[in-house]
Amino acid sequence: MRLLFALCLLFLTIPPSLAVDTPDEMLPDPALEQKAQQIGQQLRCLVCQNESIEESSAPLAKDLRHIVRQQLRQGRAPKDIEAWMVQRYGEFIRLRPAFSAMTALLWLMPVLSLMVALLLARRLWHRSAPPAPLTAEERHTLDSMLKKD
Amino acid sequence: MKLTRRHLLAALPALGAAGLGAGFIRMLHGLDQGHFDPRAINTPLTGQPVPDFPTLPSLPDRPGLSRGDFQTVKQPVLLSIWASWCLPCMEEIPFLHQLAASLADATAPLALWGLCYKDQPTSAARWLDRAGHPFSRLGMDQDGQAAIDWGVSGVPETFLIMPDPQVGGRIVWHGTGSLTETAYQAHILPHLERRP
Amino acid sequence: MTFLTPLFCPEGGHFALALACALAFMQGILPLIGLRHADSPLTALTRPLALSQCLALLFAWACLIIASLGDDFSLKLIAETSAINKPWAYKIAGLWGNHEGSLLLWVTLLSLWCAGLALLPGQSAARPARLPARLRARLLALLGLVGAGFQLFCLTTSNPFLRLWPVPADGMGMNPLLQDPGLAVHPPLLYGGYVGFAVPFAFAISTLLEGRADALWARYMRPWVISAWALLTLGITLGSWWSYSVLGWGGYWFWDPVENAALIPWLTGTALLHSVLVVEKRNLLQGWCLLLALTTFAFSLSGTFLVRSGILNSVHAFANDPTRGLFILGLLGLYGGGSLLLFAIRAPALPAPQTGFSPLSREGALLLNNILLCTLCAVVLTGTLYPPFMQLLFGRTLSVGKPFFDATTIPLTLPLLAVMGAGMALPWRQARTDRLLPRLAPALLITAVSILPAFWLFPTPLAASAALLALWVISAALCDLILRLHALPQGNRQLHRLPRSLWAASLAHIGVGVTILGLCGMAGSQERLIEARPGTHTTLSGRDWELTTLTARHGPNFEAVEAHLTIRQHDAHGPLLAELKPQIRLFPQQGQRTLHVAILHRPLEDLYAALGSVKEEHDPQGQSHYTAILRLHENPLASWIWLGGIIMALGGVLHLLPARQRLTRTAGTTS
Repeated sequence: MRLLFALCLLFLTIPPSLAVDTPDEMLPDPALEQKAQQIGQQLRCLVCQNESIEESSAPLAKDLRHIVRQQLRQGRAPKDIEAWMVQRYGEFIRLRPAFSAMTALLWLMPVLSLMVALLLARRLWHRSAPPAPLTAEERHTLDSMLKKD
Repeated sequence: MKLTRRHLLAALPALGAAGLGAGFIRMLHGLDQGHFDPRAINTPLTGQPVPDFPTLPSLPDRPGLSRGDFQTVKQPVLLSIWASWCLPCMEEIPFLHQLAASLADATAPLALWGLCYKDQPTSAARWLDRAGHPFSRLGMDQDGQAAIDWGVSGVPETFLIMPDPQVGGRIVWHGTGSLTETAYQAHILPHLERRP
Repeated sequence: MTFLTPLFCPEGGHFALALACALAFMQGILPLIGLRHADSPLTALTRPLALSQCLALLFAWACLIIASLGDDFSLKLIAETSAINKPWAYKIAGLWGNHEGSLLLWVTLLSLWCAGLALLPGQSAARPARLPARLRARLLALLGLVGAGFQLFCLTTSNPFLRLWPVPADGMGMNPLLQDPGLAVHPPLLYGGYVGFAVPFAFAISTLLEGRADALWARYMRPWVISAWALLTLGITLGSWWSYSVLGWGGYWFWDPVENAALIPWLTGTALLHSVLVVEKRNLLQGWCLLLALTTFAFSLSGTFLVRSGILNSVHAFANDPTRGLFILGLLGLYGGGSLLLFAIRAPALPAPQTGFSPLSREGALLLNNILLCTLCAVVLTGTLYPPFMQLLFGRTLSVGKPFFDATTIPLTLPLLAVMGAGMALPWRQARTDRLLPRLAPALLITAVSILPAFWLFPTPLAASAALLALWVISAALCDLILRLHALPQGNRQLHRLPRSLWAASLAHIGVGVTILGLCGMAGSQERLIEARPGTHTTLSGRDWELTTLTARHGPNFEAVEAHLTIRQHDAHGPLLAELKPQIRLFPQQGQRTLHVAILHRPLEDLYAALGSVKEEHDPQGQSHYTAILRLHENPLASWIWLGGIIMALGGVLHLLPARQRLTRTAGTTS
């Protein structure tokens, strides 16, 4: 459980999983193993839902890790492995949601909010006219203040 | 003109908050009623044909489970995924037993099959003896690979499969957690009644 | 202590809580009536009411602590979270480690902020810069109303003083993961920050109610924003450090909804911190700044309470109680929704800015900072709320996790860092490029010189560019300090002659840079998972790690196996670098295993070891051998992440220290 904040940790019901697992499930080829870890970090554990399958020690996560490595060894592309997972568990398993009509708002949020903010700010920038000259009354007050000083 | 734009802009945060608030109220209500669960995983299999999965052996003297069985069966199938080590599976047993008793003859409107997830044959057999063998077919999925093909994330889970000659069975409903009489009447019976 | 027991019994505490609630209502209502009739004696009641409410809540805490230290398991709260063999420090700290206790902590911290506001010396003829008495009374009234609502919530649905019958012989014990000194301090700091934003919130409401045109409120409000921000920064830093050093997974941030709940108010709070300067100095962005003050507190409230309603899929979710959820939502609607409604009605009447901005000016940079911070906030908020809303509206289940947040927040953080470096060198109103470039030249030079080393040292181009920008922030802050020092007249060039606020801002910016450097360093962390018997050597990052022994240990409420690791430079015969002793602990009472990670903090890296499990094997001769599974990490610059957080908070503290003597003396002579 890689949860962070303790504040309510208090209310934990799931027994903590241990990030340390057996090394024998790792692939002998370090490059391929790194690729496997990268894929695994994109997939959500369905049991301990706040972890990726790479971090979870739930038995199901272990099985899925094994499948990722098996398919990598068979030469399947990471994209195909993810698709294989999504076919079984749905979009839920992707920690990084795929871009679709459903997630368009989510993915466009950074651009959208930046654009709206810049548009609003542009109005401010446009209004940078030089300050209006002092009125006679203001000038009088200013003069009297300066004199007093 | 300028005034209205200022008003509109100033009202936006309140409107946004109101929208979020309305959503939260509905979510809380859903949590209370049991139809909203933030941990739920909707299976993509609903509406899909029965997935390809390895043929599973059964316990001695019992028929096993394969994809072909879904092609040959004439009536709808209720597939229950269970394990002897799972506590909520115990809770649904009285209802499954009662259901199995009502389905005893071959012309029954529904077949009750089981898929035993990551379990030892001996403990599964002991559990079934106690539970009174509700399943007419049983697949022992000892390494859990078939369950992954079914997109199972925990036990118990239940699938309702309608016979479909073209694809050999189509999944129409999926439920997680113990199957109860209420869930059966609310979700499964309507499907059965809709059948000609 | 026994003679005190009748007074400090749980019922005493319960009564004190009810009394505090009543006092909070009075604090909220009486001054508002008094202010309507100018100088009514009712207004003068505010300060004593705020102080006595605070005392009543502290008394309630005293009762709770005495009951916990005395193992009074007739209290439900204590029976559920404590046990006889729990170390005494955690008998106290464990009290705020659950829903009821943390809620009591929340209201108590609010009353402490009120007491602080009440005790601060007020405005006088000699000190016109201080808080006017009428404004203070109104602020305390608003804070009293906030406190009253939550104390009512505490009393009716989450009472920590409820009794249990029959009384159990021993308690159920506390989650062992929480038995950590960092975690004992983390909730008070984090909540202190969350609650602290109630004061700027009250300022904003009061300003909106009054509809004032001047920007004085910004000057009064700023110290309160800074202190709440500093506490929140410390709280988040400590939480992340706890996750790194206690959970034993090698990381420090997982983008869990509860983490995001703390990050969102921090982002808007940081934006508020900067926009309040623009209001104060240029009397611009008034409405925006008020909105930030309102939303920061609304996000703090939602952050603390929505995670308790069961709506978000968080590991921190707890037993869901619909009445509690509805009450929380009602309070959120009342305070958050009500204040935004007030904003919608009153904000358009605020004076519209007469002048505009030059993009190339201090206020222009601050505005850009606000835009980027709020975009970041919008992204984190959308990512957190997207899954439940998709499920509610379309019945689709999906996940938004770390890969999404990494992909979206990092590209927004990089320009923010670029602006940060330049911002401090920009003058107010209008910068002239011919003066600006020489000011920035030294920092630009330092950054440019570091380009090659950065790309060589850091593992990915992204980490290298982020590190370069962090370096740019740090060097720009330092160069700015030096240049300003040189601008002072000859003979007066002492460091303390520079304005304190300048020091504070530079320090906070340096802190951000240090944290970012730490994050970039961590991107290049190396780890190795090994299965080892005593005597096994492993090589990681050019060091030799040897597992020497495995020993059994006994703790006060746990049993443990300890691995003894010896780390040497270069190879097995190199000079000794460190000894690490990670443990695996079993808490029999909870049936829970925890990792006790061993970390050696060095200036440029952390050496980190976690013991996962120990297997016993018998060889044919019947002898048993033990095999340990260990995870070893080399984390470059890891401690910089939290060091940066502490530096940021220190910047805030520095700003709050009383103003320099010289200034007050000159103020005194002119008046």
